[in-house]
Order: sequence, then C-alpha cells, then structure tokens
Amino acid sequence: MSKKNWHLWEVFIRSKQGLSHKHVGSLHAPNADMAIENARDVYTRRKEGVSIWVVESANITASNPDASDELFEPATDKVYRHPTFYDLPDEVKHI
Amino acid sequence: MRCSYFAVQNIIHLNKNSHLDYILRLADNPMILGQNLSKWCGHGPILEQDIAITNISLDFIGQARNLYQYAAELEGKGRTEDDFAFLRDPLNYKNALLVEQPNGNWGQTIMRQFLYDSFNFYLYNELKNSTDKQISAIAEKSLKEIKYHLRYSSEWVVRLGDGTEESHQKMQTALDDLWMYSGELCTPDALDVQMYEAGIGADLDKIRPLWQEKINTTLTRATLQKPDSNWMQSGGKQGKHSEHLGFILAEMQFMQRTYPNMEW
Repeated sequence: MSKKNWHLWEVFIRSKQGLSHKHVGSLHAPNADMAIENARDVYTRRKEGVSIWVVESANITASNPDASDELFEPATDKVYRHPTFYDLPDEVKHI
Repeated sequence: MRCSYFAVQNIIHLNKNSHLDYILRLADNPMILGQNLSKWCGHGPILEQDIAITNISLDFIGQARNLYQYAAELEGKGRTEDDFAFLRDPLNYKNALLVEQPNGNWGQTIMRQFLYDSFNFYLYNELKNSTDKQISAIAEKSLKEIKYHLRYSSEWVVRLGDGTEESHQKMQTALDDLWMYSGELCTPDALDVQMYEAGIGADLDKIRPLWQEKINTTLTRATLQKPDSNWMQSGGKQGKHSEHLGFILAEMQFMQRTYPNMEW
C-alpha cells in the first residue's frame, strides 16, 4: 500500500480541565478529516481530551537548535523582565 | 394493528424464556462481531486503523458484557456473563449470520461492519425507548459509540468504494458476497414480534426502510452497485449457523472449556 499519500500530522489535545491544546504525538493520514478521526482513535481512547487540533508536520516551522544560544541564552539573566517585584493582590490573581 | 386474530392465535406465551432469548439475541451479535474484529489486532493495514478497529471490537465486547450480565441476572439461576459467553454451543448462540462471516480483507470487514452498523444504530435508537429499564439504559449508554461506528464504517465504504479501481472492485465483491446475509437483520420472526408487542423489543418493520435508505444513500456515494437479488439467508437468530461460528467459538471457548473455571 502506497505510503506517500499518508502525510505526517502533529496532534494537539485539550483536556477537559485544560485551557490550551498540548502536543501529544503524531500520526499518518491522507487528509485533514482522517487525521482528526485517527487522532480521536489513537489519542483520546483514555479520556485524554475534548478537543483535537491536527496540523500537517510540514506546516510547522521549528527553531533551529544550533541557534539556541543566541535565541534563548540572553533571557536567563534579565530578572527585571519578570513581574516579580510587584505584589499582586489575591483578587486579581489571573490577570 | 397490535392484536389481530392471528397474532393472538400464534402468540408464544410471554415468559422469562422469551425475554431471556431476546436479550441473548441482542448480546450475541456484538460478542461474535467483537471476537471477529479482535483478530485484526496487530494485522491492520496501517497502525491508526489497527487501533481504530480494535477499539471498535472492545466497544462491542463491552456491549455484550452489559447484556450478558443482565441476562444472567434475569435468568436468576446463578449463571454469570462468562457462562453465557464461554459455555454455550453454536446451537444456542442467537447471533445473525452476518456477524459470523469471516473478516476477509479490509474491504470485506468494512462492508460487513457497515451493513451491521446501519442496522445497529436504528435498533438501539428504538431500544432506548424499551419498557425494560435495563435494556433502555444499556441502549442509551451504547448509542453514542454506535453512532461513531456507523460514521466510521460508512466513511470507509465511501473512501474505498469511490477509491481506486482495485479498492472499488474489492468493495463490490464484498458487497456481492455479504448481501444475502443482510436481510436477516431487519426481518422479524415470532419472537421479535412478541417482544415488540410487549413493549420490550424494537419494531423491525419500522427499522427496515430506515436501514434501506441509509444503505442506498451510502452505496450510491461509494459508486457501488447494490445486488439485484432479494433472496436472503436466515437462521442465525434461531441458532442455525454457518460453519464459521463453530471455529469462532472453538477458538474463543477453548481455554475455558479445557481448564474449567480458570481465571487470569
């Protein structure tokens, strides 16, 4: 059976209590509808979630690990960028 | 037209045996179909479908369990769900002939599944209104997964029917081969009628046109030709089975019969 029409898709699931879709894995499917169905069969059989996003892996652009140094290193010692010097009252917790 | 003269003449006295028989008919279909589907485990055409079809197998075994547990309780003779599944001979199994037909290739499995799922959906839709509270509850609970099964199998029938020349040919062959087993599903016998009139069972005469409509619509979309013949096999519901059931039960029941009361 020809596999070249079965592209790779990345699967994101939002759980019932969750606020955002989390990456759970990948699967093969020939189109978006089947990718959703396969994701439902493979990644939600243990009540993992209530919402599925699928994205063709080819449409995802990832950062280059070789460039990690210049992309991420500078942020480690800039404590003034964190909002930790301000006392947030309890009433506005989720601002 | 519930109590015609003939209906009164032919009526089997509504007793526990008829009620039990009816529940076993409901239970034996998913049991055998689930057992058949489980054979795909590790052999699916692609990983995702291997998981999908075995999920469906588990759904069916779950339905069978619910119904066997109720049957055991109703019978009240101390039998358990395991006794019903593992210690009955083919003559006592009441599943339809369709579900015991072999898996064959993926297309045959899908075609068999579709013919069954479309019937099963309308059946459970009726059963959720049963006056039997247990049947109604089991039907209510199972209906969602049955809806999914129907969506799954009908979409695959279309995908493969309206697919490549090879897949279309295989689906047409599967339809031609399985068609004669489809009629039994919606054809009521005396027990079906009796149970329906008692408010417990489903009205197969009501289901039949709905089933036919669903089959016609899907087969048309799949560019498949429905066979001309109206001649249908029957006998499964009465315990008269094809040779396939013997092999299915032999495999399923071997361990329990060889080592009685063994447990995992």
